[in-house]
Amino acid sequence: MKRLCLITLVAVALPAFADRLPLPADTPASFKTECGSCHLAYPPALLGAADWRRVMATLDKHFASDATVDTVQKQEISAFLEKHAGKSGTAPNVAGEPPRISKTARFVRKHDEIPARFWRDPRIKSAANCEACHTHAAAGRFSEHDIAIPELRE
Amino acid sequence: MKALSALCLLLVSLAAQAETPQQIRQAYSAEAAGQQAGFTASAKRGEAFFRQRFNQNDKMPACTSCHTDQPVNAGQHAITGKAIRPLAVAANAERFSDPAKVEKWFGRNCKEVVGRACTPGEKADFVAYMSEVR
Repeated sequence: MKRLCLITLVAVALPAFADRLPLPADTPASFKTECGSCHLAYPPALLGAADWRRVMATLDKHFASDATVDTVQKQEISAFLEKHAGKSGTAPNVAGEPPRISKTARFVRKHDEIPARFWRDPRIKSAANCEACHTHAAAGRFSEHDIAIPELRE
Repeated sequence: MKALSALCLLLVSLAAQAETPQQIRQAYSAEAAGQQAGFTASAKRGEAFFRQRFNQNDKMPACTSCHTDQPVNAGQHAITGKAIRPLAVAANAERFSDPAKVEKWFGRNCKEVVGRACTPGEKADFVAYMSEVR
């Protein structure tokens, strides 16, 4: 029984270690069109449920943009985000105000070796722009082995 | 057989929902003509509007901030860096084919960049320019 638990735990933890965060199969089209047109349709596991609730409650002031969606889509997207939100341990509870994926412990830990000037590089522009470095981010692959910016590949 | 006919009908009706940039331009023109007799959409005015600097938003002073000076080119979101497919119909056949989507983005972008809602005339001109530019 103990062994089974261990195997299950390893299986659950593996995708995180492999930096694979594909969008869940039940991702609604509204999430991809509403959230994915200005930035990557971020994997919901990157924030906790409480963080997503805060994001969805302040869409009219979404990082200085009005990203309001209609009521039906808001419900659909909220339900989806909360269902697949990160559990404590994979996504921290404290993500700043408003919640920023780039302020989560996981993000900070994974990017702590990136010199500040790269975040201002015109090819990158913003920490929101995952695809600038992670070529396969849209497919949920964030491996550090296929970074698009040559200087960051070492 | 009945199911097949129903499916065919559904597909036909779905296809009929996709509108052309011409139809969307006409709808906005008709709305504008209701406010201003004799209104005709102008691609030239649309281009001037596209290039105008509204300076309401530091990061996005004009449409060109994200869509570049040439709407046939791919753009880049001024803040997030996300790639944006071309606005010009000549370069991206999906543009201006879904009235709800067009209305949504005029709503968002006019508020953010122009600082107010766009008028039906401005929208008609804009669609005219994007349909004709090459």
